Amino acid sequence: MPHSSVGSLEEDTEIPDAPQSSPEESPSDAGSPLPKTEPQSDPIEPPPTARVKKEVKEERGNGKAELEALFADDDEDDDEDEDFIGDDDGADLLASEVKVVPSPGPIDVKPSSRAAEPEVMFTFYQRLFPFRYLFQWLNHSPIPTNDFGHREFAFTLQSEAYMRYQSFPTFETLRKDILRLNPSRFEIGPVYTANPRDRKMLSKAAFRPLAKELVFDIDLTDYDEVRTCCDKANICIKCWQFITVAIRILDTALRDDLGFKHILWVYSGRRGAHAWVCDKRARVMDDSKRRAVASYLEVVKGGSQAGKKVNVKRPLHPHLVRSLDILRERFEPDILRDQNPWRDIKAAERLLTLLPDRALNDALRKKWESDDNRASVSKWADIDRLASSGASENLNTALLRECKQDVVLEYMYPRLDVEVSKHLNHLLKSPFCVHPGTEDFDPMAVPTVTELLTEIDVWEKENGNSGRVHDYEKTSLKPYVDLFRTFVNGLVDEETKIKRERDGDEKGNSMEL
Amino acid sequence: MAMYQQQPRRAIDAKRHYASDPSQSNYPHRLNFYINPPTVEVTLDQFEQWAIDRLRILGEIESCLHRNKSPPEVAAAIGPLLDKFLPLSANSSKSTKIQEERRKDHYSHFILRLAFARSEDLRRRFSRAESILFKLRFTGDDTRERQMFMESLDFDWEAVPEDEKRAMKDSLSAATGMKSLDGESFFKVDWERVHDLVEQRRVLLRAGKAYVPVSLQVSLVLAEFIARLDKSLELTARALPRLDEDDRLIPILNHLALGFTAPEYNSSTTPTTLNGTSLTAASIDGLVQHFPMCMRHLHTSLRRDKHLKHFGRLQYNLFIKGIGLSVEEALVFWRTSFSLITDETFQKQYRYNVRHAYGLEGTRRNYKPLSCQQILTERSPHSSEAHGCPYRHFSVDNLIASLGTTGVSDRDVLKGVRADVEGQKFHIACNRVFEHVHARELKREKENESGSARLQETIIHPNEYFSRSFGLKNPGALEGQSVGGADPGADPMM
Repeated sequence: MPHSSVGSLEEDTEIPDAPQSSPEESPSDAGSPLPKTEPQSDPIEPPPTARVKKEVKEERGNGKAELEALFADDDEDDDEDEDFIGDDDGADLLASEVKVVPSPGPIDVKPSSRAAEPEVMFTFYQRLFPFRYLFQWLNHSPIPTNDFGHREFAFTLQSEAYMRYQSFPTFETLRKDILRLNPSRFEIGPVYTANPRDRKMLSKAAFRPLAKELVFDIDLTDYDEVRTCCDKANICIKCWQFITVAIRILDTALRDDLGFKHILWVYSGRRGAHAWVCDKRARVMDDSKRRAVASYLEVVKGGSQAGKKVNVKRPLHPHLVRSLDILRERFEPDILRDQNPWRDIKAAERLLTLLPDRALNDALRKKWESDDNRASVSKWADIDRLASSGASENLNTALLRECKQDVVLEYMYPRLDVEVSKHLNHLLKSPFCVHPGTEDFDPMAVPTVTELLTEIDVWEKENGNSGRVHDYEKTSLKPYVDLFRTFVNGLVDEETKIKRERDGDEKGNSMEL
Repeated sequence: MAMYQQQPRRAIDAKRHYASDPSQSNYPHRLNFYINPPTVEVTLDQFEQWAIDRLRILGEIESCLHRNKSPPEVAAAIGPLLDKFLPLSANSSKSTKIQEERRKDHYSHFILRLAFARSEDLRRRFSRAESILFKLRFTGDDTRERQMFMESLDFDWEAVPEDEKRAMKDSLSAATGMKSLDGESFFKVDWERVHDLVEQRRVLLRAGKAYVPVSLQVSLVLAEFIARLDKSLELTARALPRLDEDDRLIPILNHLALGFTAPEYNSSTTPTTLNGTSLTAASIDGLVQHFPMCMRHLHTSLRRDKHLKHFGRLQYNLFIKGIGLSVEEALVFWRTSFSLITDETFQKQYRYNVRHAYGLEGTRRNYKPLSCQQILTERSPHSSEAHGCPYRHFSVDNLIASLGTTGVSDRDVLKGVRADVEGQKFHIACNRVFEHVHARELKREKENESGSARLQETIIHPNEYFSRSFGLKNPGALEGQSVGGADPGADPMM
C-alpha cells in the first residue's frame, strides 16, 4: 500500500467501536467503497449497507470525545420509516448504499487493493476529499451559517456502528471528526431548526427538519425485469444506458417544467445515480410537495403482480410526450439491440401481454414460434407489419399505438425509488464522485481510490512535492472536483445575490420608516 | 366572552380581505376563509354546543376517510348531518337565519381551532377534515355567489394572456385533457401552490409555473385555504399557553379534543390464546385460511421465496403481532421462514427489525398493525415486492387468478370484485370476498342475532378481517379474549 500512514487517530483508543478491524473483518462488498473483484460472485442479495443497529452517541465531557455505542435512540423520530430501515433491500430508504468516494464499476480492481481498508479511506479523506467545496455547497455562503451548522451528518464507522445527528460549525471541524472516526461512508440529512447535537434538550416542535435538497435515486436493480445484460448489483456499459437516458429525462423535466436550475448529478457509486436539486426553492419544499414532484415524474409503477406497469391517461401529458420523444431515439439501439429483451419466445410472451389485440397476438406468436430467437428489433417491427397486413380484422390501431408507447415507457422510462424523494428528512449518501451527467459518462472508467492514491505517488515522483498543488489535482479526480467546484460556485453566487437583494430591500424599507 | 382578544396582528390581513367589515359580525358570503377570529361575545353554553355540533361533522368526515370513501360518497354521508347540525344557506335562499348560521359556522370553527391546536397530530387531522368540509361547500355553492366570494379574497393569481394561451394551445389541452379551450381561461401560479394537480399530472408546467384552468380553481382555493389554516393553527398553538389561565375554557376544550376520535380499529398486541392453546410460530400456517388476501399473498410469497423484502416483512410482522404472536415466537417464525440464510445473517440483519416492531428496540414505540388505509395509500410495492393490497396493486387478471387459488371462483363474486376494483373500491372488494367466504357463518350469526350490529360494519383492517374470520369459524373461541378485538376506548389520540 502506498499510503498506510494511519498516524493521527489520537482518540482512537477511547472509541469502543473504533475502526480497528483488520481489512479481512471490514464490512464486505456492499459496505466497502470498492465493489467486489468478481461481480459474478456477488451474493444473491448484497449484505446490508447501513443498518441502524447502533447509534454511537457522542457526549462531550472532560474535553474529550467519548463515544458510547447504544441502540439507535432516535426517539425524536416520529417517522416509522426511519426506524424500520435496515437491511438489504430496504436500505435505500434511509441509508442508501453509501460510499463517500468515487467508486468504480465492478471491474479491474485487484483483490489486494480494497479501499475498505481503513488506512486507504483515511488517506483519501486526508488528501483527496474536497471538504471545502462540500462545505460551500451545503452552506450557500462563504461565511459559516446554520445551513451548514444545523445540518445533520450520519457516519457509518468501519465497525458498522451508525452515528446519526452529527453536526459541525465549519468544514474544519467536519474534516477533523472524519479523520478521527474514519467512517466507511457518510450521509447528509436535512437542516434542522436547531443544532442536531442539542436535540435531546429540545421539544419536538423546536427540533424539526427545515430544509434539504430535493434528491432522486435511480438504481439499476430496479431495472432487473427489463435488463438482460446484468442483474442485481452488477452493471455494464449496456445497462448504464438506462441511467443515461433517465438522467436526460429527469434533468429536462426538473429544469423546463419545475423550474429548477442547480441540479447536481452524482454517480451513486455502485449501480446508479443520485440527483441533488439544490435550488432554494427545492430545499424548502415540504413532504407533500416532494411527493407531488416524485409522483409527477413517476410513470412505471407496481409490484410483482401488477401486470401492466404503465397506466397513463390519454392524451399524454406534455411531459410524457417529450419523454417519449427522448426515449424513441434510444429505444432501438439501447433496448431492442443491446438488451434484446424478447429474443426467446418465452420472453416475447411478456411483450404480447402488453399488446391489446388477441388476433394480432396470435399471428405474432405463430410467426415467432416458427423463427426461434428472432431478434427483438425484428419482433418489434413485426407488430406494425402484421397489423397493417390485416392479421386482425377489428384492430384498433389507435389503441395499438398507445400500447406500443406504453411498452417504450415500461422498458425505458426512468424507474425512480420515489421513497427517497418524498421525505424531507431522508438521508442520502454524500456525493463525491461528480460527473457531467449525461451522454459521455462511463461508470467503468471511474477511478478507484487506490488508483488515485497511486496517481499521487506517480505525480510526486515525476514532479516532486512542491506543496503548491492540491493533491486531487495530481489525480484523475481533478475533472470531477473541478466540476463540483464550478457547480458550487454557481449556487453560492446565486444565493448571495438573493441575499443581497433581500438585505437591500430591508434596508430600503427601514430607511423609509 | 370575547375570544382571541390578544391577536391584533391578524387585523392586517383583515383589512385586505374584509375591508367592509373587519369584525365580521355581518357575513356577506356563505363560504368563509376563517381569517378573522370572532370578537363578539357568546355564552359558555353556545361555545360548547356549537363546537360539539361542528365536531360531529368533522368526526364523520374522518370516519369516511378511514373507510376510503370517494368524494361523492363523503358528500352523501355528510349532507344530512350538515343540514341538521351546521346548515349554511345561500344568499339566494329565503332563509331568515342566514346570519345566524354563518355566525355559528364561524365561531365553531374557531373554537375547535383552540381545541385542536395543541398537538401536531390534532392540527393535521383538524386541517384535513376542515379542508374537506370547505371543499364540499365550495363545490356545492351557487356559481355566482362563489365567484363573488373568490373576488373578495383577492388572490394574486396571474391570468394567462390570450396570445400566450393560443401559442400553447396543444400543450394546454394535452395537460388538462380538454378537447376545446374555447371559453376556458388559465391562471399562472408557482406550481407549489397547486401541488395536488402537479402530483396527478393534470396541469401544464413551464419553467416552474403551473397553468391552471379556471375549472380547476378549486385546487387553488383549497391549497390557499389549507396553507392559511395550517399557518394560523401554528400561531394558535403558540398562543395557547396564555389561554391556560382561563379555567372555564380549558375543561371544555380538553373534552372537545378527546371527542375527536377516529373510528380506528385498535388491535390488541398482548400474547393470546386461540382455542385455549397459545399461538406459536407453527400455528401460522394453519391460520392462513383466515387471512385477508394481502396477508395470504405475503405468506405464500414468504413460503415460496423463503424471504420477504423490507416492507413485506414490516406489513406481515405487524399483522402477526396483531393476531397475538409473541415476540419470541415471531423470531422463531421469521428465522425458520428464512430458511436459506445462516443464523448469523439472521441475527445481523433481521432480528433487530422484528424486535423493533414489537417496541423492543430503538424508539421502543409499540407499532400498530397497518390498517387498510395505510396499506392502500402508503408505499405502493415495486417490482419483486409483495406488500400492499392485492385488490389495488395487482392487475385485475392476476387478482382473479389469485382469488381462484384461494378457492374463490364464484362467477358473481368475481364479477363484483372486478367492478369494485375498477371503481377503486378496494376495501369493498375485500369485504365482498369476506362475505362470500363466510356466507354460511354469517347467515348463522344473523339467525342467532348475536352480532347483527357488527354485520353492517365494513372491515377496514387486516387484523379485523382475521379476528372476524376466526371468530366466525370458531364460535366461542374468542369470547372474552383480546385477539385483535376492537378496543375503542384505548388511546383515542393515536
